[in-house]
Amino acid sequence: MFKAEVKVMLRSAILDVQGKTVEHSLHSLGYGGVGHVRIGKHITLEIEAENLQEAERIAREISRQVLSNPVMEDFEVTVHEAEVEEAR
Amino acid sequence: MKIGVVVFPGSNCDHDAYYALKHEIGVDTTFLFHKEHDLQDVDAIVLPGGFSYGDYLRCGAIARFSPIMREVVKFAQSGGPVIGICNGFQILCEAGLLPGALLRNRDLRFISKHIHIRVVNNRTIFTGELQDGEILRIPVAHGEGNYHADADVLQQLHAEGRIVFQYCDPQGNVTEEANPNGSQFNIAGIVNAKGNVLGMMPHPERACSPLLGSTDGLGIFRSIVRSLEIVAA
Repeated sequence: MFKAEVKVMLRSAILDVQGKTVEHSLHSLGYGGVGHVRIGKHITLEIEAENLQEAERIAREISRQVLSNPVMEDFEVTVHEAEVEEAR
Repeated sequence: MKIGVVVFPGSNCDHDAYYALKHEIGVDTTFLFHKEHDLQDVDAIVLPGGFSYGDYLRCGAIARFSPIMREVVKFAQSGGPVIGICNGFQILCEAGLLPGALLRNRDLRFISKHIHIRVVNNRTIFTGELQDGEILRIPVAHGEGNYHADADVLQQLHAEGRIVFQYCDPQGNVTEEANPNGSQFNIAGIVNAKGNVLGMMPHPERACSPLLGSTDGLGIFRSIVRSLEIVAA
């Protein structure tokens, strides 16, 4: 069993209006030194696969096909082996 | 002649589209359920507005993979007329039947009001009964209607006359002030390269009766029916 974490962010060329709004709010709270606030999604998956390479391939395929829209978003995938749960 | 209106979980303009087609236009209309694989021999398909699958992940992202959409994609690829309204437009973009994507509105607000759009190209099956430059007063109701595409795609849409509707002021001027959501080029509706798939954010089905405050949406449905009659003749 493998665990995958997928980070989906709006492409840098696209204005992130949500991030901008949070940034303005932070400024009004007095955090004047905060900038470039961007908001994205963090998705976790468990994947059954033969090996790490296969799990990474599946995670990337899913990210490209479903979890992100390449017109507006970029994604990053990290996959690691899930720790074996101790027998109860 | 029969027109199908697709029903996804969370569609909320399906009955409006059905009513407009069946009772205002007078054409045989049927619902197509999202889990079905059978298009029931319809001659045109409407992807209605709403919040399919709760707009989870991204607007239209889950609907795009529903069983009926596999058939809709095949139908569209073989030249069948498909009109996606609001959420339907978002689904068409997610499905790759139209280029670009619809981002969060520039001002973050959900916008629900009557706006004006200008007919930029009346040489499509969706606008044949309208005039170039005609101004339609039609409602919008969306949170993600900010049309975005890469510069080369926009250039192509423009050059090929595929920008069909643009947001404008009541006099027909395409201005930044008249742009409700930040869409590039004030884009309110586009067609695919073949011209048989239209996506638009405004709701023509909500402007089909004097009771609703406008009948400006009728021309779009009349154009589709007229084009089908010509094909049948």
